[in-house]
Amino acid sequence: MAKNLRWKLLLIVGVVVAGVFAVTPPEDRIRLGLDLRGGVHLVLQVETDDALQVETETLAEQVGEQASVNGITLTSAAAVSSTEMRIEGVPPDRDQEFRDLADELLQATYDRESGAGGTYTYRMRPGIERSLREESVRQALQTIERRVNELGVAEPIVAPYGAANDQILVQLPGVDNPASAKEIIRSTGLLEIKLVQEGPAPSRETLLQTRSGVVPPDTEVVFGPTGPVSATEYYLVRRVAAVSGRDLRNAGPTIDEYNQPAISFSFNREGARKFGSFTGANVGRLLAVIMDNRVYSAATIQERISAEGRITGNFTQQEAMDLALILRSGALPASLTYLEERTVGPSLGADSIRAGFIASVAGLVAVALFMLSYYRLSGINAVVAVALNLLIMLACMAYVGAVLTLPGIAGFILTIGMGVDSNVLIFERIKEELATARGVRAAVSAGFDRVFLTIVDTHVASLIAAMFLFQFGSGPIKGFATTLFFGLISNVFTAVFVSRTMFEVVLSRRREAVLSI
Amino acid sequence: MPIFKNPNFDFLKWRWPAVGLSLLVIVAGAVAVAMQGGLELGIDFSGGTAVFVEFDDPVTEDAVRDAISGIAEESVVQQFGPAEANQLLIRLPQSGPEEGASLEEGANALREALLQSSVGGFNVIKQELVGPVIGDVLLRRGYSAFGFAMAGILIYIGLRFRFSFAVGAIIAVAHDVLVTLAMLTFFGYELSLNVVAAMLTITGYSVNDSIVVFDRVRENLRKMRRDNFATLVNTSINQTLTRTIITSGTTLFTVMALFVFGGEVMEGFAFTMIVGVISGTYSTVFIAAAAAIVISERRAARRSLTTGAQTPATSKPKRRSKKGRARARA
Repeated sequence: MAKNLRWKLLLIVGVVVAGVFAVTPPEDRIRLGLDLRGGVHLVLQVETDDALQVETETLAEQVGEQASVNGITLTSAAAVSSTEMRIEGVPPDRDQEFRDLADELLQATYDRESGAGGTYTYRMRPGIERSLREESVRQALQTIERRVNELGVAEPIVAPYGAANDQILVQLPGVDNPASAKEIIRSTGLLEIKLVQEGPAPSRETLLQTRSGVVPPDTEVVFGPTGPVSATEYYLVRRVAAVSGRDLRNAGPTIDEYNQPAISFSFNREGARKFGSFTGANVGRLLAVIMDNRVYSAATIQERISAEGRITGNFTQQEAMDLALILRSGALPASLTYLEERTVGPSLGADSIRAGFIASVAGLVAVALFMLSYYRLSGINAVVAVALNLLIMLACMAYVGAVLTLPGIAGFILTIGMGVDSNVLIFERIKEELATARGVRAAVSAGFDRVFLTIVDTHVASLIAAMFLFQFGSGPIKGFATTLFFGLISNVFTAVFVSRTMFEVVLSRRREAVLSI
Repeated sequence: MPIFKNPNFDFLKWRWPAVGLSLLVIVAGAVAVAMQGGLELGIDFSGGTAVFVEFDDPVTEDAVRDAISGIAEESVVQQFGPAEANQLLIRLPQSGPEEGASLEEGANALREALLQSSVGGFNVIKQELVGPVIGDVLLRRGYSAFGFAMAGILIYIGLRFRFSFAVGAIIAVAHDVLVTLAMLTFFGYELSLNVVAAMLTITGYSVNDSIVVFDRVRENLRKMRRDNFATLVNTSINQTLTRTIITSGTTLFTVMALFVFGGEVMEGFAFTMIVGVISGTYSTVFIAAAAAIVISERRAARRSLTTGAQTPATSKPKRRSKKGRARARA
């Protein structure tokens, strides 16, 4: 045997061993997509406008406060859109003074757009707007990650998604009833403790009776089932929260004095200081515990409290646990809407795997039978090449951790049928070369050489298609493009290199070569 | 047992009838699409709710239709998979683009309605909820994938061969895509992500087929300079005919296996592949080369008009063959 032939054989054996090693045991090495193992696929939109709105509202409020502290009375200072605030009624004689104090607060992030007649418009700078949006998506991503991790799902995926990168992809393998997981992911989880000005009252009208139906500035109406019989009650509370979820250190489910499930929480140092001075100053008054704009409980402040608190309400055990989880993971900076949800039960996934396996075997057997009957002994060569092609393809996928999806199985099956094309091209060419009455060795060598460029061209064209399929495809389609990609690459190796080596080995053993083709 | 012994068919003689047949299919497809008011989009693109329900006891589609009649005006209930599996696919249209309408509303209402009704125990085995935003995005991405793949292949073939070949290959691909769309419409398959993936695969497959022929043409251009270009292309098609038939045969074996055994989910994909492989083979033999010839001849004619006289022979085989062609036609 020629020396370089030995090296070639060694290389092939090495690849086979490495391939087998990479895919054993298959159930551990090949990662299955959600469509095969079952699970939930969610796409959420981060409403980044929310975060901007909060920022603009907070700053407008601060401007108003600062002005009144300095004795400047304004008609109004409020956000008119998520990135724009308007301040009206600046007295002409205090104009310069107002400008100075507003500039100090806003200069870094807002541009002043007009100032005629005591009315000012401030618009958020585009750069600041962009970074705030990015920041809110990043925060949402981290919060969701924490929540998903606490759900205890194996191998979850939480990733940015979409062209504008303001969407979040969440994949939860093995979860087949997504209702509670979805609720946990989406809850804003904003905990606020606010001072009650009026209430409780059974309706909005009775609540505002003494104020002739008008909600005073700096206050808002919130409601929720706080009573013992879970009837909705209305409260008029201060708009600005005394403490919020940002001041929390930890939260967990607990039991209240009536043996009802409740949620206990503790403050961090900053939160404890704020809550301490708040409760100290308002002993005897009512405070409301509000989560995502819903009042859960209202209680009279008995004494100065600083370290911890408790939310009581009509919770089930599960609700208390879920709410504690949401509080622990922190609030979302913006609300989320679901754009897409796909749920596959595990039984359907198993059926798909079985069907895909049967189809693969059927396809392989049909192709093998044809190749053997048409090309006789050379058909063995092609069948070995195809089998090796499939092995290398799977090994590559296992190696890079690519996900096998149902369309991916289709790509696998297609590789059997289309991969054999390279062998057919070569064999047909060898036949032609043999017909021109050359020796067998020359014919084989000419066959491979002549067809090599054709094979490169066809594979590059297919790779271009596969690349764009990967680029623009989603989920399962990406899986299909991945299998196709690896199938094409390994096909060049098996159909050209491996197949040729096999011919050479066979021909090197005989003096007077004849070829069964 | 060779399939053809030295085949020598005159495919070019048949190119115009072939073009006519293709046009017939494509126009009929276009009419069918127009009559149903556009391509039938699957849930991936149209958005909406699809719930796959497995019932404990056999139920009729009508019973389920009755049970959920209150939910949406246009719901689709159809059997999914083999009859004995008791599985139904229930589709609800998009619940409306109004702000805040939550995605899962329809699916929840559906479960509720089935629970209230007398259809018996059931189990949701798969649920797909696609919002209008995502549907649009997926559709746009599908188009982009197609556009970019076509452009990429066009450029590659243009670089490796010549421009007229690239155009010929693309015409063949466009032909296959249109024929496949027509067939999907005739047989009532809807456009899903899987079908689009299959069509992109067909793009690659069809181009592959054309490239094999073009490659042979390029090789023959060096050997058979004196021949008329059309004759040369016809010879090349004949020389690669066995390979063309065998490859489409083995590919058909495998996609047929997928169609028969692959289950309901892959049926649309497999069907698209079957049509595409047949059409791809047909277009390679009858359409791609014919288009390349027509374009080459046009360009050659224009060149000989503008230069007036024949350009002097250069050492490049490509040039010479063009000149030879012009002479042969003169």
